[in-house]
Amino acid sequence: MIKLPLLDIDSLAVDYQTGTGTVRAIYDVSFRLEKGETLGLAGESGSGKSTLGLSIMRLVPYPGVITNGIIRIDETNIMKLPEHEMRSIRGKKVGYIFQDPMTSLNPVKKIGAHFVELIRTHEPIVSEKEALERAKTILKNLGILPERINDYPHQFSGGMRQRIMIGLAIALNPSLVIADEPTTALDVIVQERILDLLESLRKIYGMALILISHDLSIILERCDRIIVMYAGQMAEYTTGAELHRAPKHPYTEGLLQSIPNIELSDQKLSAIPGSPPNMLNPPEGCRFWPRCPYVMEICRLKVPPLIAAEPNHLVRCFLYGEKGARIE
Amino acid sequence: MDKVKVTKSMLARLVHNVGSLTKKGPSGWMVIIGIIIVSALVIMTAIGPWVTPYNPSESNVGPIRAPPSLEYPMGTNHLGQDMLSRTLVGGSIMLQVSALSVLVCFLIGVPLGLFSSYTGGYLDSSVSLVIDAVYAFPGLVIAIAVAAVLGPGVVNMALSIAVVYIPSYFRIVRSQVLSIKELTYTEAARAAGAKWYTIITRYIFPNVIPSIVVVATVNFADAVLTAAGLTFIGLGVTYDIPDWSWDLTNGWKYLSSRAWWIISFPGLMIILLALGFTLIGEGMSELLNPKLQR
Amino acid sequence: MGLRTYIVTRILLTIPTLLLLLTTVFLIMRVLPGDPVALHFEKKATPEQMEQMRHLLGLDKPLWEQYIDYLWGLVDVGYFLAHGYPNLGKSMQVTSEDVGGQIFSAFPATLELAIYSMILASVIGILLGVVASKSYNSVLDHLIRGSGTVAYAVPVFFLGIVLQLIFGVYLHWLPTGLRINPSVEPPATITGLYTIDSLLEGNIIKLFESFKALALPSLTLGIVLSGIFIRLTRMNMLETLRFDFVAAARARGLKEGTVTYGYALRNAFLPILTMMGLQFAMLLGGAILTETTFSWPGLGRYIVTRINFRDYTAIQGAVVMFGLFVALVSLAVDILYAYFDPRIRL
Repeated sequence: MIKLPLLDIDSLAVDYQTGTGTVRAIYDVSFRLEKGETLGLAGESGSGKSTLGLSIMRLVPYPGVITNGIIRIDETNIMKLPEHEMRSIRGKKVGYIFQDPMTSLNPVKKIGAHFVELIRTHEPIVSEKEALERAKTILKNLGILPERINDYPHQFSGGMRQRIMIGLAIALNPSLVIADEPTTALDVIVQERILDLLESLRKIYGMALILISHDLSIILERCDRIIVMYAGQMAEYTTGAELHRAPKHPYTEGLLQSIPNIELSDQKLSAIPGSPPNMLNPPEGCRFWPRCPYVMEICRLKVPPLIAAEPNHLVRCFLYGEKGARIE
Repeated sequence: MDKVKVTKSMLARLVHNVGSLTKKGPSGWMVIIGIIIVSALVIMTAIGPWVTPYNPSESNVGPIRAPPSLEYPMGTNHLGQDMLSRTLVGGSIMLQVSALSVLVCFLIGVPLGLFSSYTGGYLDSSVSLVIDAVYAFPGLVIAIAVAAVLGPGVVNMALSIAVVYIPSYFRIVRSQVLSIKELTYTEAARAAGAKWYTIITRYIFPNVIPSIVVVATVNFADAVLTAAGLTFIGLGVTYDIPDWSWDLTNGWKYLSSRAWWIISFPGLMIILLALGFTLIGEGMSELLNPKLQR
Repeated sequence: MGLRTYIVTRILLTIPTLLLLLTTVFLIMRVLPGDPVALHFEKKATPEQMEQMRHLLGLDKPLWEQYIDYLWGLVDVGYFLAHGYPNLGKSMQVTSEDVGGQIFSAFPATLELAIYSMILASVIGILLGVVASKSYNSVLDHLIRGSGTVAYAVPVFFLGIVLQLIFGVYLHWLPTGLRINPSVEPPATITGLYTIDSLLEGNIIKLFESFKALALPSLTLGIVLSGIFIRLTRMNMLETLRFDFVAAARARGLKEGTVTYGYALRNAFLPILTMMGLQFAMLLGGAILTETTFSWPGLGRYIVTRINFRDYTAIQGAVVMFGLFVALVSLAVDILYAYFDPRIRL
């Protein structure tokens, strides 16, 4: 029996059609996610990672449009799905955690009401009383006092609000949870707790997780496989261990070098020179070439294809020839 | 010769600035259309007296309450006056009154706002309190109260309307000043020993100008409508100068005669004038505060 | 703080504002150039007659004494209980009549007109604003925005006249100067609002006729006012729709209708509510013109006729009444705001 992947994305492309021009936010993105697997999406702002997360839910905001590609969730091609069927997937089969906990809850709605509304939208048979009970249980698992079910979002701290968000995302036992920078707006200690909470819940319910972050260290710690995004394209795609041990793309190398290591007392912090490209007018050829220490003539002219430098290690860079050997 | 050159270059820059508005999307177009409408109406009123087919004030140039025809394209009113001629020149009083009131508002509201908010303290709080009280009050009621006491006339009308809108200028200037006052470069200037009037004129005022312009255009539109309202009530100009609001009011009194042309054309002109200013104001406000940048 | 504390604090704050308002009106009426009595008589009276009127109205007293009398008249509870209205002086036109009485009998008509106009304006405005925001940048959006802008540029009495022309011709709905069809008896006064009173009386015909009389004037005022609401709703909705909690709601699979109204509008609504309160001031100005156009027997028409008679005490009294009304409405709006947004009570 061939194990069918939970999520299958093939050649995804997303454009933002702004008044001043078209931004190719995502181009040629393909990958698969197995049940229970964790995938990390790493990259700077504007790399397209958030857009990728939203595309999986078909929630790319105006003026974004999915211009190409097929997304399959549990064998269902969601691209042509009618809106009401898509809605039954959102929140139930796929959960989403937003970045800023301060603005992702409805300020005029009690948090209990958030849960009740969610549960009763997807399971209309459930009575309000029952839904409320379930909400209280979820809150307990999140480490929040169930009596606070009648409180409003502004009465909670940032960390607690993010817990509530997580609770809402997993409330209906989805197969996949997408967490978009879940800890960026929180302080470091709270970050750890939130990520641990996410991990334990994930294990209990057997959910797959896509963790989106610009913080590579978090992703390396907690993800089975990692995609490094740059300027809307996949730069590198491999397991976490492999990425740490032997990164292939110059961008990944740069990212790893810029992570501060507490054990190296005289480490020089390096940053990747230059800045991310203007997405309205990206450079010709490989989008990374202006910042690449290994840039070659061909890099400026053609976009490198995504090739398997090794089995299970894809990279988009002309440094790697047909057989995967690195050109020096 | 020098002056001609300077004027020419200023005009060229003005045209360029206006032209650049076309590239700024729908908001820019709003401003342009508004400017076109207002300019057209101003020009029409200015050259009106020379192009009217009949004397606008002369009675009985035609039959009484005649519907529009080739001879009288906008018909005649109850005094047998030609409506087309009256419509061409009818904007004069409204333009004068609104321009005058905007000027007064500006001359009083802006310095008051600048001075009060810059000084701060009790003075600022008390002045603001009074201003807010006036601001919350229905504009027309204030205008009526003042006009009732002052009596009719262009200047009195302008003053009545001005009283209503001074708070708008004051408030917008004050909010801007309060935010600029705390900015570092103002502090730096103060530390360098700049006198308060220098700071106000050179640092604060130039930054406040865009907001003032927006308020002024909206003010103009409102002034036009308030002036029309005052005339309708009977507090406007009473002697028989061709005036859109006056025609509108008279047309209404004879509504039962079904003479729709007496009210329609002047009414449309008032709408156009108010609309023109509103477009300029709204367009500029969007350009200056782009809220929906993606 | 709780809601109750907020309400009490807010009410207490209203008092100095009211005082300021009353003083301002007093100053405008008394301190501006021009002798009210002389203007009233338009030089058609003898100096003795003018002196008599001045004495009757207390205008020969020193200014500060007039001020005290003026303020006292408003808080004179004894007078209020005896007459059913506050002491606002006597009418210059008919010196035997109390301005207070005239104003209190004219006021309910304006109140009713204001309420229905506001309802119409907000319903039209909010609905169109929501529709426009949801179809951002489309033809429909531009059309709605355009209508909103034009609506605001139309002089309210012009719209009233046009409506009169159209409906007067086809439906013979010409103004009668009454709040209800002259062939029908007005309902017994409980609230002073004909529509409510008819309902309380259980009389469907009177209810219908009251609405019929209200239709054109409130439509006129409502349409002109809706312009602001369209614009404001649209702007606030566009901003609110971009908030994370809206996207998060969609991400949970909630229906679009729930998201639009339960999440976006409910949060965008608060500034709209504040605007409603502010708009009441505008509404009163428009009400004056609308009442004149339709001969609606309210406070607006009262003030206009008093102007023609040069009845200054009446004008002053009416202006005070308007001010009180605005202050009370703004108080109500603030309290409602606190009720809707729990955050503001802190």
